[in-house]
Amino acid sequence: MTGLFRSFGRIWAVFMKETVQIRRDRLTFAVMFGIPIMQLILFGYAINMNPKHLPAALLVEEQTPIVRTMVQSLRTSDYYDFVMQTDDPRETGDLLARGEVAFVVSIPSGFTRKLVRGERPQLLIEADATDPAAASGAVAFAQTILTDALRHDLKGPLASLAAGPPPFDLVVHQKYNPEAKTSYNIVPGLLGVILTMTLVMITAIAMTRESEQGTIENLLAMPVKPIEVMLGKILPYVVVGAGQTLLILLAARILFNVPFIGNPWILFLGVSVFVLANLALGFTFSTIARTQMQAMQLTFFFFLPSILLSGFMFPFRGMPEWAQTIGEVLPLTHFLRIVRGVMLKDTSLAQLQAPILALCLFTAVAVSIAMLRYRRTLD
Amino acid sequence: MATDYAIDVHGLVKRFGNKTAVAGVDIQMPRGEVWGFLGPNGSGKTTTIRMICGLLRVTEGTGQCLGYDIRKDAAQIRELTGYMTQKFSFWTDMTIRENLEFVARLYRLPHTRQTVDETLETLGLTHRQHQLSGALSGGWKQRLALAAVTMHDPKLLLLDEPTAGVDPQARRDFWDEIHHLSLKGMTVLVSTHYMDEAERCDRIVYLAHGEKIIEGRVPDVIDRSGLLTFRGEGAGVRRLADDIKHEPGVEHVAYFGSALHVSGRNRAAIQAAIDKHPTDDVSWNEVRTSLEDAFIALSAEAGEDKRVHA
Ligand SMILES: Nc1ncnc2c1ncn2[C@@H]1O[C@H](COP(=O)(O)OP(=O)(O)OP(=O)(O)O)[C@@H](O)[C@H]1O
Ligand SMILES: [Mg+2]
Repeated sequence: MTGLFRSFGRIWAVFMKETVQIRRDRLTFAVMFGIPIMQLILFGYAINMNPKHLPAALLVEEQTPIVRTMVQSLRTSDYYDFVMQTDDPRETGDLLARGEVAFVVSIPSGFTRKLVRGERPQLLIEADATDPAAASGAVAFAQTILTDALRHDLKGPLASLAAGPPPFDLVVHQKYNPEAKTSYNIVPGLLGVILTMTLVMITAIAMTRESEQGTIENLLAMPVKPIEVMLGKILPYVVVGAGQTLLILLAARILFNVPFIGNPWILFLGVSVFVLANLALGFTFSTIARTQMQAMQLTFFFFLPSILLSGFMFPFRGMPEWAQTIGEVLPLTHFLRIVRGVMLKDTSLAQLQAPILALCLFTAVAVSIAMLRYRRTLD
Repeated sequence: MATDYAIDVHGLVKRFGNKTAVAGVDIQMPRGEVWGFLGPNGSGKTTTIRMICGLLRVTEGTGQCLGYDIRKDAAQIRELTGYMTQKFSFWTDMTIRENLEFVARLYRLPHTRQTVDETLETLGLTHRQHQLSGALSGGWKQRLALAAVTMHDPKLLLLDEPTAGVDPQARRDFWDEIHHLSLKGMTVLVSTHYMDEAERCDRIVYLAHGEKIIEGRVPDVIDRSGLLTFRGEGAGVRRLADDIKHEPGVEHVAYFGSALHVSGRNRAAIQAAIDKHPTDDVSWNEVRTSLEDAFIALSAEAGEDKRVHA
């Protein structure tokens, strides 16, 4: 009995010691509560498994009441957000390749005439199927939406068209991924996710390890500049990142049969800036955190939105505006556009200018913060 | 330009929050000398050394180190100084050789391989060069650290308690090495708690509570304390200590080994205090005041720590 009593006493001693230590580490405490709040918000509000309001382009070569009814019905369906309308096919040319829109809806000239004659004219929806989940909802419901809308217009002499099969022929082109294989979307994305996780984590402990082990005093006493320390510390991992990339690309090819139709050098460029962006960010974390534990927590805190808001797991365009804005800040978002573009769509360098520049900008900002935060003294 | 001085600092103050660690220290140390830096725990030795080599920002005060401004020219100072930290701060997950190679490359020493080979040879660590430095015993770690911070031939060597935890023979060897480096022209400031080491220095600086209490050659410091000391030996001294301490004219009482030293400024008063407690088994005689006696008196004079919440 006294043995048990003593044991409780010792448990109490350890309990109190842990409580004191937990309270002292403010950042850990913040992370313990910050992460659940972030998860609640991201999963609850940002993520949408059945994305609506996807950006779409409209190519209509004629304006008739029937066409207007059809367009209006798509517009009010919540699935399509027509960001542009034109009658010139050249203008919609590479919108899908650049990822600016998820759909291009084309209604050719003569559509109405053929419809009235009961010839069932074609209505074309081209969908960017690199992410099959994003396209599926809008495409699946298009037929129903359009047919329902026409029912009101098809009255009097046209009433016969309302019965029977739809008076038009909906043709859907699932571009870039006609078989709608999820692995085509996920595997290239995984390249970005794996690089983000491993590289940020490994450089995040770069300086905190020196601080924790006391070697920082020696390092600071020697004539080496902050930027020299930073470059010396991150460059070995550029090689590691290159190795990881090669491994994942081989696996994508051999195990998952993911096509690679673009220019490998563009991907090489994209991976390079992306790797640098992540390494610079990790190093910045290591100048902010005071312990290796805190560095890990910062990494995790960054990793969570990277996975959820970048378009890796859930369609980017399906998220609310604010979530997309956060997503635009994350390097992974831009890298996904590059890697999916090059591998699946054969996107050109010119079309990828924006994401590449975004990654460069991110790197520059991270390096600047790291240099500002770098401890030059022991204060 | 006071470039004759290796260290020339005035009114150095360092505050951490509202705690003053160093409260206005002046040091004018000529090139080529070996100075001892003494003072009780927490008196500000490490903090002062760190300010001199640019590792801590100076709160107040000005100064030069090897002719460079300690506030602005930390980069140049780092090139020319070697700083051995109080706590071993080389990379314990790297071998002895790898640590030395890192330092050699960082200072861009020519012929890295050869330089490191020679250093290992001098250290006597050639046969252990591939061991992790963390696996070395305390004394060997100190020797490795000294070798590493002198490899680039610094003009100024700042050693923070380099012999703490080192055995007596190794301590002697260490000091032989310090004097050897000094002969080659290096200026050496070394902090220590050992009086025998202090006596091997050209001059000593004594800090207490962040202030410089005294500075000078060892005999001068002893003289300036103005103390007279009587030494009592024998089995009965232990019983006497507490009583004699409170007698008028006795400034302090301290054990040296098994003997008791009683110090004060007035010979007659001390004599009277001793005579008041006659004991058969204790024999008394006047001795030369030691540096340690002088320091104990100096610290007592310095009084309470006035720095906190100053
Ligand atoms: N980073 C810091 N933050 C707050 N206080 C500090 C810091 N570094 C030192 N101090 C305080 O400054 C005072 C002087 O410390 P310092 O380490 O310079 O003493 P020291 O003379 O080297 O002592 P020791 O002989 O024990 O090495 C101490 O009271 C210490 O607590
Ligand atoms: Mg110290």
